[in-house]
Amino acid sequence: MNGGATAWVTLAGLGAFHGLNPGMGWLFAVALGLQERRRGAVLQALPPIAAGHAVAVLAALAALQLVRTAVPPRALAIVSAVLLVGFGSWRLVRRRHPRWVGMRVNARELALWSFVMASAHGAGLMLFPIVLRSQATEFQHPVTGLAAAGLTDATGGLLAAAAVHTVAMLAMMALVAVAVYDHAGVAILRRAWVNLDLLWAGALVAAGLFALFT
Amino acid sequence: MVLMRPDPTFYPSPRMAMEGPREELAYVATLSVGDDPRPDALATVDLDPGSGTYGQVVDSLEMPVAGDELHHFGWNVCSAALCPYAPHPHLERRYLVVPGLRSSRMYIIDTKDDPRRPTIAKTIEPEVIAKRTGYSRPHTVHCGPDGIYVSALGAPDGDGPGGVFILDHETFEPLGRWEVDRGPQYLHYDFWWHLGHDTLVSSEWGTPNMIENGLDPQLLTSRQYGHRLHIWDLRRRRHQQVLDLGDAHQLALELRPAHDPTKTHGFVNVTVSVEDLSSSVWTWSRPNGRWAVEKVASIPPEPAETGQLPPALQPFGAVPPLVTDHVLTLDDRLLLVSCWGTGELRATTCPIRSTPGRPAACGSVGSSIGRRTRRRPTAR
Repeated sequence: MNGGATAWVTLAGLGAFHGLNPGMGWLFAVALGLQERRRGAVLQALPPIAAGHAVAVLAALAALQLVRTAVPPRALAIVSAVLLVGFGSWRLVRRRHPRWVGMRVNARELALWSFVMASAHGAGLMLFPIVLRSQATEFQHPVTGLAAAGLTDATGGLLAAAAVHTVAMLAMMALVAVAVYDHAGVAILRRAWVNLDLLWAGALVAAGLFALFT
Repeated sequence: MVLMRPDPTFYPSPRMAMEGPREELAYVATLSVGDDPRPDALATVDLDPGSGTYGQVVDSLEMPVAGDELHHFGWNVCSAALCPYAPHPHLERRYLVVPGLRSSRMYIIDTKDDPRRPTIAKTIEPEVIAKRTGYSRPHTVHCGPDGIYVSALGAPDGDGPGGVFILDHETFEPLGRWEVDRGPQYLHYDFWWHLGHDTLVSSEWGTPNMIENGLDPQLLTSRQYGHRLHIWDLRRRRHQQVLDLGDAHQLALELRPAHDPTKTHGFVNVTVSVEDLSSSVWTWSRPNGRWAVEKVASIPPEPAETGQLPPALQPFGAVPPLVTDHVLTLDDRLLLVSCWGTGELRATTCPIRSTPGRPAACGSVGSSIGRRTRRRPTAR
């Protein structure tokens, strides 16, 4: 597998990881379904949640893209690493749980909630090392096949990266939400809800180290 | 303390909670009464039927200073931690958050190392609560999705308004006043919520100055104590609606919302009617978008010989039931009503909501299972 393919698989894998986290949306979708006693409510909640996640990831990657034009790659990798390790460590020691919405939400509020959740958890940040590492490879244009460097291409690459990540996230989220709503029931939460926040913080730190040492 | 799995005492539904294991210990506040100089204490009662000390007090944790008047305490975290928009189920349910109504001091009591012999982990001084929140006389504690909600009866000077403040889930530091817009609300007592409907309900007793020297008969007969419920937008922390029970119904106290998160009804007790000394139970609900409240049970006073009664009650020749508390079973079917005045505990079935044209009423499924003595009621 070449570097580009690895990058796409990693992006999708992180998407699935984000989709698996109850705090990123599937639990909310299931709860809305239970509250309304309607499977359709579960399904309806998923696209806005995915959209909010996508915007958060895209915003983080776009910020990276902007900074990238001004900062040398090595310095950028180090800054990303420091950000990731710092943010991950902070999340390890200080876990807050603020609220932004309630149970009576429309699609716009769900998307906003998801955007804030993803941003506050550093979902986009977690992808930085992949994007940085891949920029020297064919990563920016595997979908369009365009070869020229430049803003258009970079933008296309970013959109593609966010899209692949989000599709994987949505697929995993939908799978888990429907499985829990239809089959497992919320009792599964009591057994299967491992502390993904810890794992998540660990993943942030790992991504930072990856950025630093590769 | 962080867990890898959710705390086993968190349940996604009331039914699952009912199927959970029974508690083996109970914690009960024991108060220093009258001139007793000893501090209040938190007693541990053994609830394990197989134990040799079943039903007995097995430990008593004295507070460091006297004069707290410990009140409705609660856990640091509970099933509300599963709330899907702010989930944090890996906190441990291990601390009791214990407010002192008279001192305005709060204790964080750790039950983990030896649940039978808990220890004080942290003390929140009244000055800190006053400075950060503007409130005093903390009274009732509920763990919420985003923090620990604490009811407070008034301001540090003993007047109103009473309200709700928030403690941080992890540090137990008071974060501030909960209300953004309290509207016409001034008196405060209890609060609880319908989390599935983003709604908080609060009730009314009196300001600290109205109650700290005992219930004032003049204030009572002039109908100055609380008789209203307040409906709040839990998300935006704003007052939405007043539900007035009528000023004859004095002391609208304990709120018991349905446990089923899809429901929007609950029960409140009125301690005494100044018209006929009865107590009553009311239910609130949202039949068609607007919240409403109606009386579902009335408990009449018990006739008694004049010689047995304190002077204030002699003209009536009866003991008022003085319902001060009640509890709704987890299946939302039975309401257990405590008649403090007559020493009776009543179990009643309650309808969720009367259909239009059919009066709602609670049916009694069992009468007194407590003492039915006609002892003299003492002022609270």
